[in-house]
Amino acid sequence: MAQAERKIRVLVAKPGLDGHDRGAKVIARALRDAGMEVIYTGLRQTPEMIAAAALQEDVDAVGVSILSGAHNTLCPRIVSLLREQGMKDTLVVLGGIVPQEDIPKLKEQGVAEIFLPGTSTQDIAKFIRENVRPRE
Amino acid sequence: MPTTDTAIEQPPKASGNAGERKSSFRTVSLDEVNRLYSPADVAQINTENDIGSPGEFPYTRGIHASGYRGKLWTMRQFAGFGTPEETNLRFKYLSREGQTGLSVAYDLPTLMGYDADSPLSEGEVGKCGVAVSSLADMEALFDGIDLEQVTVSQTINAPASVLLAMYLVVAEKQGADWKKISGTLQNDILKEYIAQKEWIYPIRSAMKLVIDTFEFCTEQVPRYNPISVSGYHIREAGATALQELAFTLRDGIEYVDWGIRAGLDIDRFVPRISFFFNAHNDFFEEIAKYRAARRIWARVMRDRFGSSSERTLKLRFHTQTAGVSLTVQQPLNNVVRVAIQALAGVLGGTNSLHTDSYDEALALPTDRAALLSLRTQQIIAEESGVANTVDPLGGSYFVESLTQKMEDGARDYFERIDNMGGMVEAIEKGFPQREIQDSAYQYQKALEAGEQTIVGVNKYQMESTGTEVPILVIDESVRHHQLERLQQTRDRRDKQAVVRTLDKLRHAAEAGDNTMLATIEAVREYATLGEICSALRDVYGVYEEPAI
Repeated sequence: MAQAERKIRVLVAKPGLDGHDRGAKVIARALRDAGMEVIYTGLRQTPEMIAAAALQEDVDAVGVSILSGAHNTLCPRIVSLLREQGMKDTLVVLGGIVPQEDIPKLKEQGVAEIFLPGTSTQDIAKFIRENVRPRE
Repeated sequence: MPTTDTAIEQPPKASGNAGERKSSFRTVSLDEVNRLYSPADVAQINTENDIGSPGEFPYTRGIHASGYRGKLWTMRQFAGFGTPEETNLRFKYLSREGQTGLSVAYDLPTLMGYDADSPLSEGEVGKCGVAVSSLADMEALFDGIDLEQVTVSQTINAPASVLLAMYLVVAEKQGADWKKISGTLQNDILKEYIAQKEWIYPIRSAMKLVIDTFEFCTEQVPRYNPISVSGYHIREAGATALQELAFTLRDGIEYVDWGIRAGLDIDRFVPRISFFFNAHNDFFEEIAKYRAARRIWARVMRDRFGSSSERTLKLRFHTQTAGVSLTVQQPLNNVVRVAIQALAGVLGGTNSLHTDSYDEALALPTDRAALLSLRTQQIIAEESGVANTVDPLGGSYFVESLTQKMEDGARDYFERIDNMGGMVEAIEKGFPQREIQDSAYQYQKALEAGEQTIVGVNKYQMESTGTEVPILVIDESVRHHQLERLQQTRDRRDKQAVVRTLDKLRHAAEAGDNTMLATIEAVREYATLGEICSALRDVYGVYEEPAI
């Protein structure tokens, strides 16, 4: 290709009080290896902090990692804060321990996909690559 | 064994690996496994000094001469969810079904030192454990449970001194004698900075709080274990079996160093240090890890610290099966994984055991799942016959060779960490954290390359029906219940006494005095967990993780 392709930028975010960051860090590294630019927020970020970081870093996707059961409280808030600040197309994906029953509602609320334990990092990279909106 | 003078048989020469299923065979830790183990692999091991007899130095074969023939391990299931009342019912249910010890799982706000009504607690109250914000919650948690009669393990770290204080005050109100109380406080702050990451204060202040509990318990609660040095979370964060062993024991050494520097008598406080290990899928690797742990600890206590007291040399440990190994896919497969892991813990000589439930990759366990995991232990204990003889795998070429490899590998890590100035310094440099992250990533890559198999996930997959097992749902009514009790507690207490005791605690912390008595006084006045931790935050500040 003549033009250098813009790399996909992803914010990997760990909201809530939980400190188990194995998954978030493995994903961050795998997405980097898959050619994306990854920013990791660190632990215990509020939805407000995550939305602010997403705006500041001008990311194409936000990957949220939650194992604590707080996803129904935290995810919709992250999505609506992103939308409020004009990031209409920013892809939001969730990884962690999420009961099947919660998945349809999370999707209705704007989470594009939910990755359960056992998902391959390559599948996550593929989903992000195929679903981020191309920018002008 | 190799100390006889008969000629040592050479292992058969492998001519390549033609005809074998795989090009290489590796443990879960991605360590190469040979085709065959023979006397040559144990030629350097001295039967008498390195393996020895059960109940004797270096305790490779166990700390009790009679193994489980005397007493079975303690069956101690980790439980906690929702309100203290709900958890209290689970405790009583499991006890009725034959559980022999209790173990409390606290929710995330409690682990982080926040009350249920903190804005940061929203969405988390009672979710990953039971919510405890004040003495009133602790009273409800142990209502009708005689604390002189039962041993209770509490998984709490950054605010451990506060939960210990609450526990002691509940015991006191029951009329129990602190001298007769036994149980275990996790209180392992080093592994929080390494792996689980539920920290509050900077490392050195947090270590001071741990030493305060050692000192207090040695004098006032002499049968209580004020710490359980935990490799469990280090392993779950992605460490190999060897890294789990090495970092956990080096953490243990660090606590002993700090205790001695604080003027404690090694042979009074070290016997009350207990350990906590993971039991992952690789059966023999895990058994070797436990056997090596006992041998290393005994030798380090003797050679590095100069103790000759048997109680100081004997490493006692709890085991929990590997939560991270459980799968969402085909959840009933987890029953089998847990049984194999539990068996490794038992053959490794664990002193107490928690078996995970098959539904734990989905949510906290239901009553039914928790009961089956307790039954798994009972079947191993009473039907399988493995508890009928002591250390049945002792002398196995493979197991002894792996045990030696574990010891050698752990000593290499000790040397590297000692050269950094100790474990606190190594953590500040991010060393164990980086090692673990690298291992976690290597393991993930091995899974995705199909070099490691997980049945139902990367092999033998099936379409999910989505509703294979019922799960435990914790709704927001828990939070409302907890907020109500917290408000009532705040309304009823003597507010001046709360302010006075919190000031006293702040002063004790500023002066570098032991904080335990002041903490107990504040707890008695129903100062909340959040208030007590905030008083200490005022003095110590909070920890910021270095970028790794």
